[in-house]
Amino acid sequence: MAVALGGLVLTTLTQCFTNKKNEGQRLYETNCQSCHMEDGSGLRGVIPPISGADYLEQHRDELACLIRHGIDGPITVNGIEYNKPMPGVDLREDQITNLLNYIQTNFGNNNARYTMPEVEKQLETCPPHR
Amino acid sequence: MIRINKATLRKYTLLLATAFSIGFLTACNSSDSTDKTLPILGHREAVERVVDGKTVVDTVYHQIPDFAFINQDSQRVTQETVAGKIYVTDFFFTTCPSICPKMKSQMLRVYEKFKDNPNVVILSHSIDPQHDTVAVLRDYADRLNVQSDKWHFLTGDKDSIYDMALQYFTGVQEDAQAEGGFAHSGDFMLVDQNRHIRGHYHGTEQEDVDRLMKDMEVLLKEKQNGQK
Repeated sequence: MAVALGGLVLTTLTQCFTNKKNEGQRLYETNCQSCHMEDGSGLRGVIPPISGADYLEQHRDELACLIRHGIDGPITVNGIEYNKPMPGVDLREDQITNLLNYIQTNFGNNNARYTMPEVEKQLETCPPHR
Repeated sequence: MIRINKATLRKYTLLLATAFSIGFLTACNSSDSTDKTLPILGHREAVERVVDGKTVVDTVYHQIPDFAFINQDSQRVTQETVAGKIYVTDFFFTTCPSICPKMKSQMLRVYEKFKDNPNVVILSHSIDPQHDTVAVLRDYADRLNVQSDKWHFLTGDKDSIYDMALQYFTGVQEDAQAEGGFAHSGDFMLVDQNRHIRGHYHGTEQEDVDRLMKDMEVLLKEKQNGQK
């Protein structure tokens, strides 16, 4: 009993002091939320949604580069064309992995997660950007 | 005889209690909704004048001065556009990366709720009129899918727009340090049919925009009743 309790306390403490916990969510709140909103709904016609966006599945292999380098030009999400520049965010590979996994598995999304090697590979071959 | 009296008494007591309860309920209701009034914001001056040999003191409230801007249809929007209506106003710019998307998503809620009410107008002023031309605002409004005669996106002389922001007590300024190059507050201001400011809300907070929409109902009722 005591061991179990001690173990529980230790686990809780470790989790408290681990800055990694919920990193994806924190990165979303810091870098994405002001435009894509708390619920991932975006802004009607102006900023595409994250929530239920077909783009996340269809362009899965381009998302790491999209986060790092941003986008300038039209983009079609769920059949609606948006055209507003998105600035890139200067994040490490592990941070991008956490952010992508948060986006792919929240806001009602239930898409496959990424591994870090997968994200690293994507970032090696980013298309030309500004 | 006594028995009848007792029964009658009980009946009267019940009746009285019911009457009181109804009275209480009505009183509560009326003070909750119909009696609520909104303050007039801004400085006020006492102006004395003489009527029939007696000195009368009038209170003069801060009033939004005449204005003239251009909307997304290239139409002039002036004090005539909002004459006899209540309106909500804010200051933004279309390329704003920080608080504007949130403000606009909240203003959309206001728009959706009051879009069929002819007594309500929304005025969104661009604080970056050089970039936010009529064509840019046209595109923005089209994307939001809103009606021009209900929600005006305004551009025009920059100094005039910044002067108007001061009149609405909204902080705006050019600031190279700020995201997007302009610093501004996310305020929504509620203005009545006499161009008096009646409320101030944080346009990025859902609960405060809920409060705005409730206050708009109060103001519309006041306007309907023809009160000052």
